[in-house]
Amino acid sequence: MVGLVIVSHSEKIAEGVRDLAKQIAGEAVRIEAAGGVADHKIGTDALRIEHAIRLADTGDGAVVLLDLGSAVLSTETALEFLDDARRGRVLIADAPLVEGTMTAAICASTGASLKEVVSAAKEACNANKL
Amino acid sequence: MMKGSLKSAMEEIASAIKANKDYLTDLDREIGDADHGINMARGFDAVMAKLNSAEPADLSSGLRQVALTLISTVGGASGPLYGTAFLRAGKTVRQGDMLNPKLALSMFRAAVDGVEERGKAEEGDKTMVDALEPAYRAFEDTLKSGGDFPECLEAARDAAKKGVEYTKTIPAKKGRASYLGERSIGHQDPGATSVWIILNALLQYAQKIHKEQ
Ligand SMILES: Nc1ncnc2c1ncn2[C@@H]1O[C@H](COP(=O)(O)OP(=O)(O)OP(=O)(O)O)[C@@H](O)[C@H]1O
Ligand SMILES: [Mg+2]
Repeated sequence: MVGLVIVSHSEKIAEGVRDLAKQIAGEAVRIEAAGGVADHKIGTDALRIEHAIRLADTGDGAVVLLDLGSAVLSTETALEFLDDARRGRVLIADAPLVEGTMTAAICASTGASLKEVVSAAKEACNANKL
Repeated sequence: MMKGSLKSAMEEIASAIKANKDYLTDLDREIGDADHGINMARGFDAVMAKLNSAEPADLSSGLRQVALTLISTVGGASGPLYGTAFLRAGKTVRQGDMLNPKLALSMFRAAVDGVEERGKAEEGDKTMVDALEPAYRAFEDTLKSGGDFPECLEAARDAAKKGVEYTKTIPAKKGRASYLGERSIGHQDPGATSVWIILNALLQYAQKIHKEQ
């Protein structure tokens, strides 16, 4: 099953989005939070992200959902520390963090492929609220 | 071959960053989120704590430790950018290599390439690249015309300073400041400024070890 990694500058946001998604998708999908830096400070930490990716990817791959700015730079730095095989099955979703995580988590829970999960996340870009 | 150590070079950088913490943060307040000095000071404090707890076996593993520490403690965009710079610089050093100006030049190139690959910024985007690229060229030119290590670094620092001045004249195309577009004109880039501060610190270090020889 494809896993998810939630990257945010805020530890609380990452954990909150993870909890929300787990409630929707159930316990079967691995969803790892990688928010903030040490001492609960605001920021992104590539090594924390790398660790979360290793937990989320159990062989079928992982999709990373993220907030702004350095979240992308830190995630790409984390990818540099992975071996080629694992790096090949980790994709960053160009999607809104909360909505994208929900659609990706539901999709992953059906046993969908890596590509399907990342496009499910992307579809959240088009979701209207009103 | 030059004496000195990675630890004393990093000490020089860490104390320069600390001394300029508020200055860098104030620059970031104008066109960013007011944390560049705080981020950099946190990162280099952690670097010193790491190097003080165990002296690295050699230059290449030391640079890797510096990189990993910055990547996991700085928190902002400058963390993965400077972290990648030190990581790539370390990869050009073979085990047991000692620092010399020619090796420094290839470390410098690898570091700048790393920043550009990571951040996808070019000169003119109002980022640290606007200080790094001219600094690299000045280092290279000075080395080619027979300059010693301090002379190379002095030329690099002065070129970085010109790059910092140049960032005042252009709008930001990368990073947080790019959200401001044209409104970022007139403000100098915090990351380019920290590049200049770091090069100045390395110059101080190089002048010290040069005198000791
Ligand atoms: N894509 C990039 N390429 C090169 N340099 C960049 C890039 N993005 C930002 N920078 C540099 O980083 C500096 C800002 O560093 P800082 O530590 O304040 O991170 P930040 O922008 O606050 O990070 P975050 O995205 O987490 O909010 C900028 O002044 C700029 O020089
Ligand atoms: Mg900032």
